Amino acid sequence: MEMRITEHPIVQFNRGLKVKFTFDGRELEGYEGEPIAAALHAAGVKILGHSPRHHRPRGFYCAIGNCSSCLMVVNGEPNVRVCVEKLQEGMIVETQQGKGVIK
Amino acid sequence: MTQTEILVIGGGPAGLRAAAAAAELGAQVLLIEEMDWLGGQLVKQTHKFFGSKEQYASRRGIDIARVLAEELDNHDRVTVWTGAPVLGIYEDGVVTAQKDNRHVKIRPRRIIVATGAAEKVLPFPNNDLPGIYGAGAVQTLMNLHGVLPGRRVLMVGAGNIGLIVSYQLLQAGVEVAAVIEGAPRIGGYLVHASKIRRAGVPILTRYTIKEALGRDMVTGAVIQQLDDHWQPVPGTEQTLEVDVICLAVGLTPLADLLWQAGCEMRFIPELGGHVPCRNHLLETTRPGIYVAGDVSGVEEASAAMVEGRLAGLAAARSLGYGGPEAESCIENALEQLHGLRSGPAGDKIRSGLKKLLGEEGAVC
Repeated sequence: MEMRITEHPIVQFNRGLKVKFTFDGRELEGYEGEPIAAALHAAGVKILGHSPRHHRPRGFYCAIGNCSSCLMVVNGEPNVRVCVEKLQEGMIVETQQGKGVIK
Repeated sequence: MTQTEILVIGGGPAGLRAAAAAAELGAQVLLIEEMDWLGGQLVKQTHKFFGSKEQYASRRGIDIARVLAEELDNHDRVTVWTGAPVLGIYEDGVVTAQKDNRHVKIRPRRIIVATGAAEKVLPFPNNDLPGIYGAGAVQTLMNLHGVLPGRRVLMVGAGNIGLIVSYQLLQAGVEVAAVIEGAPRIGGYLVHASKIRRAGVPILTRYTIKEALGRDMVTGAVIQQLDDHWQPVPGTEQTLEVDVICLAVGLTPLADLLWQAGCEMRFIPELGGHVPCRNHLLETTRPGIYVAGDVSGVEEASAAMVEGRLAGLAAARSLGYGGPEAESCIENALEQLHGLRSGPAGDKIRSGLKKLLGEEGAVC
């Protein structure tokens, strides 16, 4: 199923440039400047990680940077809120294991 | 250290109006917004607003966001920082923020906190599965970023947000299996309910969600009828095949900065949870810190805009700006708020404010 809205009765979507990024090594495409979570969702990726203790699958919940349900590792940095972090060409997005380590 | 007369935290409907009103009276204003754009949650509101002309009625939220942001362009006393989350309000009155990846300090003479609200969740088995989203999150994904949440949705909650987002899902081509509501009546405006009913979506009152189904993500939901005492009725379970469950079960003030600043808080369910004690001019128990919009009690965007204006005027006047003109502007804002809150739709807000302010409108 195509998840991108192409025609809408009210809104016109001005998308950025098409860019490539990787999700756990898999090459995906998205639009520059959109949240990483939106690009993942459009590519069919809903599971963004697992809870540290019970390893329950996690998706985003609030989509505006409040709830911390969407933390992932981006370009090596853990605990990035991918619902508000903007997608850029060549980003390396990875599922986070545990609570993440600050280097 | 950045100096400013008035610092407005949050660039949504309340913050934008607060900044404009304070500048109008002559105060120098710094407005800080954590996102890269102004307008707050208006930027995903594709529906037309109710209210009166002063609150931009009959315009779409997305357009109101633009109008409010443009209004600030007319005021050269307003400086705007976007992409800058505020981090703390300290005992000595210093506020810290992150700007361009740096830690910056601000010393304002007055602070207006307009940080809005966050979506609530509902407890039920598997409520943490991917595919369960706040209704506002689905609005953001769909109306702002142009991505569909899924194929078929169960909407939990028939207040205005649940009803409006259901209609917006239909507009975007997503099927809505049902809207369920635990209360015996639809909470939102009937005009919104009628639109989705006409499209064939059932609105089931006295129904709740019993559990979400699925192992790694949502594959369905079990809904169940409630009796008059909110207890589930055995044997009324129905399984719906859905890949998205939207929770539209209310908002709660994003009041972290107020807690940290030491403002006295009180739990008032009608206003969405813990809200700051404040006087009728929206000043909290910490002198010089004002609140406006959903952070002071969850209400609609039209009320947030008027509260923003009121807080902006009151803060500027407390610095000596405005003269007699300020008085009449403040009176007008108070009258507008009174108007918005009169009538049956304002029952809940009025009862919450009564608990908070008492009959005389004093600080609790």
